[in-house]
Amino acid sequence: MTGLKDATLVAVVCVAVIAQAVVFRFVSVDGVVPNLALVVVVAAAISRGPQFAAVLGFGAGMLLDLAPPADHVAGRWALALVLVGYLAGLVRQDARKSPFMAVVLVGAASFVGTSLFALSGFVLDDGALPVAETLRVIVISVLWDLMLAPFLIPVLLWGIDRLQPLRMAH
Amino acid sequence: MARRGYGGGPADKSRRVLGLLVLASLTVITLDARTDSPLDPVRSAVGAVVGPLEDATATATRPFADAGGFFRTNKSLRNDIATLSAENSRLRGQVSTEPLDRQRLAALDALTRTASETGYSLVAARVIAMGPVQSFTRTVTIDAGSSAGLAKDMTVLNNDGLVGRVVQTTRSTATVLLIIDTDSVVGGRLGTNAEIGFLRGRGSIGDSGRLDLELVDNAVTPSRDDVVVTWGSKNGVPYVAGIPIGRVESVTSSPRQSSRLAVIRPFADFSALDVVGVVVPKGTRGDRPVITEGGAR
Repeated sequence: MTGLKDATLVAVVCVAVIAQAVVFRFVSVDGVVPNLALVVVVAAAISRGPQFAAVLGFGAGMLLDLAPPADHVAGRWALALVLVGYLAGLVRQDARKSPFMAVVLVGAASFVGTSLFALSGFVLDDGALPVAETLRVIVISVLWDLMLAPFLIPVLLWGIDRLQPLRMAH
Repeated sequence: MARRGYGGGPADKSRRVLGLLVLASLTVITLDARTDSPLDPVRSAVGAVVGPLEDATATATRPFADAGGFFRTNKSLRNDIATLSAENSRLRGQVSTEPLDRQRLAALDALTRTASETGYSLVAARVIAMGPVQSFTRTVTIDAGSSAGLAKDMTVLNNDGLVGRVVQTTRSTATVLLIIDTDSVVGGRLGTNAEIGFLRGRGSIGDSGRLDLELVDNAVTPSRDDVVVTWGSKNGVPYVAGIPIGRVESVTSSPRQSSRLAVIRPFADFSALDVVGVVVPKGTRGDRPVITEGGAR
């Protein structure tokens, strides 16, 4: 039964990664699409706390790093999403109380995650853009995630919460 | 309580997990940063699973994406008419004033003719996924892979011009590095005077997607609107010769730099890539038809 629950979460992460590469390219703003995988990790952090979110972040990040058409150094998204999941999990008490705070948390997480990814790019000299351009990409990406969070977070929270009590019953 | 049992736990344990995961990520980064990455088999294994899923999703969602065209408003169509009329009058002016262009055209024509005469074989493919720009690399996935005869370092082009090169293949998909990526370097040749140089991508797409051309001979000044084509390398790896890349938009030179920089506006529209052709060696056999001899031009 636990295997089935885990498989469901893996499937959700897969859908997020594929959707942002395949479906959202039609509505991208200068090529920037919403980071759905990051939203899923933040939702997991709100629902289950830092440890779970960090593990899920690692998995989602590795998928982002390895699934085509990714061509950057693998492990960069994994590192960014592990930290995002952990940090979001630490402040989840506020986000659980009000949906507004949850949306703000997604915005902050999106900023931290994309910035961390960009920073690792600068350190490794892997596909780094000029700073002004990088900031523009980060801002568009945060706006995208803020726009989708009010719709996605309640659904994801409902789903991930529902997976948990059943797991505890075993 | 219920939550403590699974997610929260003692803060120590959760911190230990964080440490482990960060360490794991850093290990993966270190391993993959090498040129001969031990992660390549993992990458192609993931690609073999995710690639077909992306392909299926793209096929399922394509009709909805195409339907977007119906919702173009009357206003935007009117704008199009205004833009086109303006362009038309500009073109009319050019036709009457520039016999000089004919000379240019002849040179360019000769170059492009070599391309069609050498008879590249093409495999047609469609773009199914685009790498998000927040990953700061410009790549796309196409729906043809090694089973169609594709391999690393093959040239990818479309009706407008050069698109990029294949950097990775799985059985049914391939990853293409676009020429506007910051990692991409293409050898280019100016259409008028055959001077050679190197084109580097700037990493952004949309209207600001530009390439920088650095000429080898700094005594040469590229002229505006000059066409740049690929210079080609031995055996056509990674780029075959004579594929149009773009047009010179502006030229800058600073006393500090030894060579002149020209900004190139690529012919291909990278924000709306769909059908592309991959240049394959003659006699390639695969599960897809191979277009040969003047099919495209």
